[in-house]
Amino acid sequence: MSFGERTSRILLSTPVLRIGSILSTLFGISIFVFLVLRVIPGDSIVGAFGIETGVLTPEQIADLKVYYGIDKSLPMQYLSWMQSFLSGNMGYSYSTGISIASLTAKSLPVTIELALIGTILGVVMGIAIGTFSARKPGSISDFAGQLFGLRALAVPGFVLSTTIVTIMANKFHYFPNGYEFVRLWQDPWMNLQQMLFPGLVLGIAVAAPVMRTTRSALLETVDKDFVRTAIGKGVSPRKVQSRHVLRNSLIPIVTMTGIQFGYLLGGAVIVENIFSLPGMGRQVLYAITKREYATVQSSVMVFAILFITINVITDLIYRKIDPRIKK
Amino acid sequence: MSNPLLSVSGLGISTVQDPRTLVNSVSFEIMPGEAVGVVGESGSGKTLTALSILGLLPRGVAIAGGSIIFNGTDLTKADSETMRNLRGSDISMVYQDPMTALNPVMKLGRQLLEVIESHEKLDDGSVARVEATLREVGIPQVERAMESYPHEFSGGMRQRVMIAMALLLSPKLLIADEPTTALDVTIQQQILALVSEQRRKRDMSMLWITHDLGVVANLVDRLIVMYAGNIVEAGTVQEIFTNPQHPYTHGLLSSLPSRTDKSRKRLTSIPGVPQKPWLVGDTCAFAPRCFKVTAECTASAPKLVGSLEKSVACFHPMGDK
Repeated sequence: MSFGERTSRILLSTPVLRIGSILSTLFGISIFVFLVLRVIPGDSIVGAFGIETGVLTPEQIADLKVYYGIDKSLPMQYLSWMQSFLSGNMGYSYSTGISIASLTAKSLPVTIELALIGTILGVVMGIAIGTFSARKPGSISDFAGQLFGLRALAVPGFVLSTTIVTIMANKFHYFPNGYEFVRLWQDPWMNLQQMLFPGLVLGIAVAAPVMRTTRSALLETVDKDFVRTAIGKGVSPRKVQSRHVLRNSLIPIVTMTGIQFGYLLGGAVIVENIFSLPGMGRQVLYAITKREYATVQSSVMVFAILFITINVITDLIYRKIDPRIKK
Repeated sequence: MSNPLLSVSGLGISTVQDPRTLVNSVSFEIMPGEAVGVVGESGSGKTLTALSILGLLPRGVAIAGGSIIFNGTDLTKADSETMRNLRGSDISMVYQDPMTALNPVMKLGRQLLEVIESHEKLDDGSVARVEATLREVGIPQVERAMESYPHEFSGGMRQRVMIAMALLLSPKLLIADEPTTALDVTIQQQILALVSEQRRKRDMSMLWITHDLGVVANLVDRLIVMYAGNIVEAGTVQEIFTNPQHPYTHGLLSSLPSRTDKSRKRLTSIPGVPQKPWLVGDTCAFAPRCFKVTAECTASAPKLVGSLEKSVACFHPMGDK
């Protein structure tokens, strides 16, 4: 085998292609976010000084542009951000003077915890209601399950969040998020109370599509030949359901869960702000209003890496549950 | 003569909503150790009849009347636990398409052990028992097969696994629903030989569903011919092949290609298309296509009359040759 053949074979192997596609995706996202931020009106100076920008002298503005690093050409700005992003500290947040890496180190665990709680609640609710619905298609219980699915899809997270906050705080005087945020390792009980409602809001958003996927996957699998074989063997109905029907319905459910986990990261921006959780969502929103370009860009990159990680994990789970997918 | 192992009488099968008859008052018996073949074209109701015995009718289709007495129990009235106990141990079935009949995400060994687990306690000997049965049906490298998934096997091998699954607990009745239609011709003969050898060895009764008269001729003792949800003729293989009474059976046999006839004639065919069972009404189902049809045929439905050796549902049987 010549050298060229070997090289091309290695270059075309699945892991290499996979890593290549991940890197090019990340590169595309970095360019996109960078450009979108420059397109929206206002810059870092307006973000920091607000309407007082109007009284600054041209010299002061020129100095501030140098300070914020927006005096350089766009490609130079991109390269200098990329350099600091890759160096590990991800650049600096101007309003706090702290490196974005250390900001993220504090806020990322909050978002991940929130997303995990949301996913777990969502998957449990979704599979439970989906199974309940699929037991007797067309029955009252199916209708109730489907109604839940439709409602949960239709009600936006911010409506649900504000409703919960209003009712809990006004009627029951219970609003754990009114206190300063407590981390899981500081006071797990308080932390879970603070995470419960935002987690539930996200969970309901996840539950709806998971429920619908579960229902249709189960209904489709029930009529498969191998289910008839299992019944014909004398397997008990419960085991037919768990070993044969549910097990074979898992692939679409896992896919849907993976996609939803990605959306959760977006939903977290809204929910974190309503429930005042100091996570990535708040960090990004704050940085956008302040036009802290580096903070927004770096945070979005973190979101992107997280999303891709979820996708890779989903793929690994596929291999675990479906032997037909080649190792 | 001993009591029949299976006695189906007046069995009707129809759709649940907007009832449409699919199988109309079918009666037959299977004696212990006897093999009975059911032939008919697609839509004649032969597969539904087989599935109804195990209570495996598809969603939306149900037994509309009659009884299925197996070993003294009426299966149409049996509760779900009785049926579960029967399935896989007393009556088991080999299905048409081995490509879809196995669970794709479960190891073959696990799927076979499930049969034992559902009826007896699993013990140290269970795996050896499964492996022995797999060897009997001609699976090579049995230990590896136990750890394989269905997609790693060819269609013929999967059907052998299905047969092993059906034989595992030596059922009294084995139902084979066209087990060779999905396989290629060279494999078909092997599978047919395998099933009939195992049947003799285990002294099982058998119900063999097929649309291919040539396939069953050497495998069964008696034949039942179905047309549009009705049994039109039944009898011993010898009788049916040499002396068919019903014009439909006669037509079927004369449309078989002959190995000795070298005259390159077109194959004979029966004119017309099969009737939908629910459109038959109270007439002979074959009347629209029959060359011997008279007014009597459309006035009422002929009854199946005769003995176990030979019976026919026709007002104008072909008569003895």
